[in-house]
Amino acid sequence: MTMNRQGRVSRPEVEAEGVATHTGNRALMLEEPLIFEIGDEQTSGVDLPCAPAKAGDGRAELRPSPEPIGALLRRNPIGLPGLSEPETVRHYTRLSRQNYAIDLGLFPLGSCTMKHNPRLNEKMARLPGFADIHPLQPQETVQGAFALIHLVSEWLCKLTGMPAVAMSPKAGAHGELCGLLAIRSALEARGDAREVVLVPESAHGTNPATAAFAGYRVENIPATPEGRVDFAALKARLGPDVAAVMITNPNTCGLFEPDLKRIADAVHGCGGFVYCDGANFNAIVGRVRPGDLGVDAMHINLHKTFSTPHGGGGPGSGPVVFSEALAPFAPLPFVEREGDHYRLVEEETAGEHHAQSFGRMVAFHGQMGMFTRAAAYMLSHGADGLRQVSEDAVLNANYVLRRLEDVLDAPFAASGPCMHEALFSDDGLAEGFTTLDIAKGLIDEGYHPMTMYFPLVVHGAMLVEPTETESKAALDQFIGALRSVAERAKAGDQSLKSAPHHAPRRRLDETLAARKPLLVWKDAELAQAAE
Amino acid sequence: MRYLPLTHADRSAMLHAVGAATIDDLFVDVPAEARLDGPIRDLPPHASELQVERQLSALARRNTVAGTVPFFLGCGSYRHHIPASVDHLIQRGEFLTAYTPYQPEIAQGTLQMLFEFQTQVARLLGCDVANASMYDGSTACWEAITMARRITRRGKALLSGGLHPHYVSVARTMARFTGDDLHTAMPTLDAGTDVDALIDRIDTDTSCVVVQYPDILGRVADLSALADATHAKGALLVAVVTEPVALGLLKSPGEMGADIVVGEGQALGVGLQFGGPYVGLFACKEKFVRQMPGRLCGETVDAEGKRGFVLTLSTREQHIRREKATSNICTNSGLCALAFSIHMTLLGEKGLRGLAEINHAHAVAAADRLAQVPGVELVTPAFFNEFTLRLSAEARPLVRRLADRNILAGVSLGRLYPGEEALANGLVVAVTETTTPEDVEALAAALQEELA
Repeated sequence: MTMNRQGRVSRPEVEAEGVATHTGNRALMLEEPLIFEIGDEQTSGVDLPCAPAKAGDGRAELRPSPEPIGALLRRNPIGLPGLSEPETVRHYTRLSRQNYAIDLGLFPLGSCTMKHNPRLNEKMARLPGFADIHPLQPQETVQGAFALIHLVSEWLCKLTGMPAVAMSPKAGAHGELCGLLAIRSALEARGDAREVVLVPESAHGTNPATAAFAGYRVENIPATPEGRVDFAALKARLGPDVAAVMITNPNTCGLFEPDLKRIADAVHGCGGFVYCDGANFNAIVGRVRPGDLGVDAMHINLHKTFSTPHGGGGPGSGPVVFSEALAPFAPLPFVEREGDHYRLVEEETAGEHHAQSFGRMVAFHGQMGMFTRAAAYMLSHGADGLRQVSEDAVLNANYVLRRLEDVLDAPFAASGPCMHEALFSDDGLAEGFTTLDIAKGLIDEGYHPMTMYFPLVVHGAMLVEPTETESKAALDQFIGALRSVAERAKAGDQSLKSAPHHAPRRRLDETLAARKPLLVWKDAELAQAAE
Repeated sequence: MRYLPLTHADRSAMLHAVGAATIDDLFVDVPAEARLDGPIRDLPPHASELQVERQLSALARRNTVAGTVPFFLGCGSYRHHIPASVDHLIQRGEFLTAYTPYQPEIAQGTLQMLFEFQTQVARLLGCDVANASMYDGSTACWEAITMARRITRRGKALLSGGLHPHYVSVARTMARFTGDDLHTAMPTLDAGTDVDALIDRIDTDTSCVVVQYPDILGRVADLSALADATHAKGALLVAVVTEPVALGLLKSPGEMGADIVVGEGQALGVGLQFGGPYVGLFACKEKFVRQMPGRLCGETVDAEGKRGFVLTLSTREQHIRREKATSNICTNSGLCALAFSIHMTLLGEKGLRGLAEINHAHAVAAADRLAQVPGVELVTPAFFNEFTLRLSAEARPLVRRLADRNILAGVSLGRLYPGEEALANGLVVAVTETTTPEDVEALAAALQEELA
């Protein structure tokens, strides 16, 4: 057993196929300790420039001041270990190899749109003219940045058929909040205090969370047996207390909501607004404009449809398109074009013609780095390419659905084609076998699992979104893998219950993690003292 | 199209396999009146890499790049040198193109990195625990205010006049909808912070006091007495750090008694990027951990007893709790957190302290030089790497004129507080290790001419 400096077990010996290794490594599968175990406070991987001669002997002192502030200088160690540059590069390279990623293979996470991330996007975002400019520079010195934001805004408006867009929301959920705050502002502006937001029971958890955060009471709308919003039930619930309906289209079952226009007309007839969760926009981009369906607000996850990287959990970017009715309430700041000149509308200038804005949601102007990437992607595809994107995404998903519906239960397959994702349930698996077992079995086959147990309306849901950036050969191989795992689960193959067997880690004890949270590293003595 | 691998033959074969005659058959659920019959008009067709590079490079060239001119802007976004290996490592596909680590067996790279990040952030800010990051500093600040409300069950928050005006603005927007009672103040163009004034205003309805350190004018003040006064009334102290490099030299807010410390991590590893994406830091005392917003990574073991990491305490989060979640936040700023963490690992404690000392020394030298210019007065004697000057003329138009001369002189208080006459002559100047003595000379000379 290998102990680190603090006496913790850092590299337990591993028995792979009965053959233990001295290091715990298995060839290219390398164990990597924490920086707190391998680094120390005296090591640095950075050679600092010298302090200017004027600062005396190079040792900085706080200036004398009316109050004695020498007391503010740090006296105690912070506890930040450093590594040399080679060790740093190796540490993070080794860590990276314990991750699955789109670059390694098909990433079928439903509703997450894990498509290829073009490297041109990365190159463009790193142009010094975009990456090395400060958000508070005088506006005349950042006209190109405003032009870029305006370019992305224009594309988003035209692709959605909506007249306005708020670019500042930092992520999809933040965009949802932006949309709901605009709706609440519009209602308040007409003196209409409504209390309820209707959310289909198939909705993603952020929808109810956002509605609650915006101060609304959430009520669920049931789904039909065909996996759509129950229009009759929704219509029956509409009334003067309903502020908005939040709908995902295509919905989380991977189906288009054919009644959306009728729903929108009914909601508008009662004085409410329609919020559309745009997480699944990839299925319809270039073929359907949400503005034509009566949508009042919709966020667009640039990290889904427009290929900006997910980065292991962010940063995202969630611009929100608005209808004429909501546009006046959109947040600050935004970019306005006057001929060849662009200007930033902020608190200072909003009063002139944007006095009803609900205000600022973030410091500065939003996720500029993501706008640049999305712009590179949009320009690359063009209007024709983006239409091909949704067509191939939908074709790939239907191909997966039809090639697997004989081995996995597909609850809505009979009602027609799916959109960009195929939904299966755990019906028909052997006694004691679950969706989780299939997911973990897929890991051993070299795939990231599909979305599990979502949407909630299907038992043991498995939501597969292949995206348009997979070749037919890649799909065929994935289908073969999922088919094999599904057959094992139906046959009651016990080895599946303990999968994955070949990943860097076996199943992890999540209950232990939650019962005794260990959220930061503590050295052994401290950890023992805390026991 | 280079991002689409399907061939025409593939498409035909696959359509046949799914029983569709044409692609339109797969869009039958779309009402006929909403179907577009061809590519959207008014948008250009696809373009080659070369064409896209040309078009976007032309836009990029219209901006004045910070690294090419004397540059002194700060106020919540700081220009530091980023070691080359940071940007190389975050572009490894296994980090760049990974998803949120919900499948821990094949996401230990991201999870271990987040665990290390949480530990670095907690130690730097002087707290017991930190989360896996927030959108940015301004949203982290608002989340801290709501967290204090949940913990104290009180709705009145006192915001220091030294808090970044954008952060105040975000909180004000949100409070309008949540009903939180925010008490805000304007900064004053002088040496003192409003710590004493805040102490006088705390009462038993106060949920929290929010104070920035160093503040928007660059001033630093001891927060210990404020922490004691806050706790004496059963309220929490929320400290906001927008320049984390400062904590290499200065005591952390946690050490001085802050209960929740949030911040903007952009200064380490992330770069200016015109304001985003950035990385929100969020740390607090251990006893409040279950009221924290955002993702948390925790240590556990796998079925073979090996150490591993998972996202944990997700019963606070929206995907489990739905409308009862602590926040609607659904993501973190993973890749920026990675950049922050790598930069911090490269620096180490020794490097961070050294970097902070250099920043301070450069800033002191710059303040000394600029204060010699007739018509320029240093109003903030106690600072880290950012200080405020009072000019003999309005600062905002002067900053614009200097920009015409290719000098980015700093952030005028007129830009941040338009219409506030008492602040109009204030100029906030940030100086880091990237600022050269020649830059400072250029600014001093230009100020001298403009103010003559």
